[in-house]
Amino acid sequence: MALTGLDIFKLLPRKNCNECGVPTCLAFAMALASGKASLEACPYVSEEAKEALGSAAAPPIRLVKIGAPGVDHEVELGDENVLFRHDKTFYHPAGVAVEVGDDLDAGALAARLAKIAELVFERVGQRYTVDLVAVRNVTGDPAKFAAAAKAVAEKTKLALMLVAEKPEALKAALDVVADRKPILAWGTPATADAVVALAKEKGCAVVLRGAGLDETANLVERIAKTGFKDIILDSGARETGKVLADLTQVRRLAIKKKFRPFGFPIAAFCAEKDPLAEMTQASVYMAKYASLIVIKAVERPQVLTLLTWRQNIYTDPQKPIQVEAKLNRIGEAGPKSPLYVTTNFSLTYYTVEGEVAASKVPSYILAINTEGTSVLTSYAAGKFTADAIADALKKFEVEKLVPSKEIVIPGYVAVLSGKLADVSGWKVIVGPREAAGIPAFAKERYGRSS
Amino acid sequence: MPVDLIKERYTTKVGEVVLGATKAEGGTRSQTITVGGDSTLPFLHFEGEVPNRPVIAMEVQNMVPEWSPEVTKNFKDVIGDPAAWAAKCVKEYGADLIYLKLNGADPERGNASPEDCAETVKKVLGAVGVPLIVVGCGVEEKDNEVLPAVAEAAAGENLLLGVAKQDNYKTLTAACMVHKHCIIAQSPIDINIAKQLNILISEMNLPISRIVIDPSVGALGYGIEYTYSIMERIRIGALTGDKMLSMPVICAIGYEAARAKEANAGIDQFPGWGELAERALLWEAMTSAAFLQAGGHIFVLRHPRSVALVKQSIGQLMIK
Repeated sequence: MALTGLDIFKLLPRKNCNECGVPTCLAFAMALASGKASLEACPYVSEEAKEALGSAAAPPIRLVKIGAPGVDHEVELGDENVLFRHDKTFYHPAGVAVEVGDDLDAGALAARLAKIAELVFERVGQRYTVDLVAVRNVTGDPAKFAAAAKAVAEKTKLALMLVAEKPEALKAALDVVADRKPILAWGTPATADAVVALAKEKGCAVVLRGAGLDETANLVERIAKTGFKDIILDSGARETGKVLADLTQVRRLAIKKKFRPFGFPIAAFCAEKDPLAEMTQASVYMAKYASLIVIKAVERPQVLTLLTWRQNIYTDPQKPIQVEAKLNRIGEAGPKSPLYVTTNFSLTYYTVEGEVAASKVPSYILAINTEGTSVLTSYAAGKFTADAIADALKKFEVEKLVPSKEIVIPGYVAVLSGKLADVSGWKVIVGPREAAGIPAFAKERYGRSS
Repeated sequence: MPVDLIKERYTTKVGEVVLGATKAEGGTRSQTITVGGDSTLPFLHFEGEVPNRPVIAMEVQNMVPEWSPEVTKNFKDVIGDPAAWAAKCVKEYGADLIYLKLNGADPERGNASPEDCAETVKKVLGAVGVPLIVVGCGVEEKDNEVLPAVAEAAAGENLLLGVAKQDNYKTLTAACMVHKHCIIAQSPIDINIAKQLNILISEMNLPISRIVIDPSVGALGYGIEYTYSIMERIRIGALTGDKMLSMPVICAIGYEAARAKEANAGIDQFPGWGELAERALLWEAMTSAAFLQAGGHIFVLRHPRSVALVKQSIGQLMIK
């Protein structure tokens, strides 16, 4: 069923207009064939070609956008191409939704929302946040559900999700928060027609839940036939091992077989009651293919670990995260402060920065452009050299800030010290091998002088 | 219509390694532990066997370590006594194995002699019935004296001894050969070196059923994804015919997770990160949870609460 690049090329306008962002129609056809581009990028494609290419050219997993643009946090779910990150990368970090029950009284609801608002973390120069608030119809009462949805919408800028078994509850809540375009969960075989009708009217996505993969596939197929495509899957499983199995099958079938009913993002609802156990459960779904993870945990240490794991697993293996190569001032560094040099690989840099900060000795850190590689790797590759360090010392006029002309190099590259002293004219001090040794080193050598 | 599930048919599986030896087998352990044997990716029971659940080894040292109070507060009564410490790990916290790190042999940390170290190993063996993992202090010259002494003193116990590295594996391999122990082959987050080292060790005639791979793990937030991908590739190698990548994998997580800033910095330093106590234990538990999905078999942990959490998680994942 999959078309080759050449099959697709024959159906394209062959204008080589470059408006899709790819230089030629042939290259665009190849990108379509490998699922890396979407036919919608071509402004000149004929209706007839669209029809023919439709399913073959679509990416294996559809991209579903959540949230009202400009109003709140926009979240992109799905559009993944591989089973293992080492095959390429995972593209769209799973959305994390925190649940809020409509059984909470006004005070408890406000307290919970305040906690959710605090789930914004700064670490290693990056900002992590949760993405959605999932309002859940615990009471079964549509009026209470609508009231809770309204209260939540007023207090959060995160994207919204409405979670209820009854379509009438979803309708009541959607009526008051329609402008936020919330995700509607769930549409089941019994309720999907009603829920999808609501979603079509307001431009929302729907979580379609079957009891098991077979029923889910049938339900999605039936709904997709009506032209509705903003679908998120839920196989109904809640035990960790079963969810893992279903998430794996859905991803495999979508990628390897282009099985259309599973070509959508998939949600995982955590079921563990203890919040710590819930985090280990969520970490499984984060690693293995969930596009949307619904949790109840709201304490910062808990959510920080999950979002850190998300950041890690969605890091592109081909592109190490880099920091700007420049001179950084840590604390109130002055003319007598130590100067450390390291690479611009973010992991390395922030580890060093963290330890330098922990040493409580105000300091400078010179980050050398090693194209985001660690000290030993960049040394081996000839990117962390005496010349590169000497050039950076000149470029950033470090001498003006550190008149002692004393520089601390990582212990692992002690071998650079002679050459660096020669080419730079600086006094080279060999520091500890591991960043963890910096506080002790700083205390010993610079403790009294600052 | 039922969905036509994709069940991969792998040609080979992860090898099994047996740790410890009972009286009948020439040792003194009350039971042995078998790791590995998986014929699928982690916990995919629908297409293969996961005959042995991943196990937890708790770390004990022959010195008083400078660990976070979050961990040491649980061991105040035993921390100067490796045997009592190990016994507590097994009895109170349900450790499957003890990971005894002979850090006190480090010339700068007490410089315990090879004889002292061997004596400590004997004492720990006497205090617990579970199999033992014993690793050196990391100073190669010293470990090359200590580990053969340990191997000899515990002959027949089928310890898991480590660590062998690409440029220092011969002494330890020979000791494992002569005194019948298993070996940890450690590579620096590099699948080629992992494979090469397994080849080198097996060329000295240590059977691959006595080798465990240590791929060098990173902690959550500190390069975990590098090891994660290496481990996924090792598992795929094991399932697709690469014998020299077919050994079970040990993840020495306690040390790495404990180094993370998030496991040490108080809420006063980073108010946005929340209370330290929960962060410290979760950092170890979540690092472990990630590596469970990449194919780890032996998890070396320090924090009793994370041990409980990881055990619970393994229990859930083992349900078919």
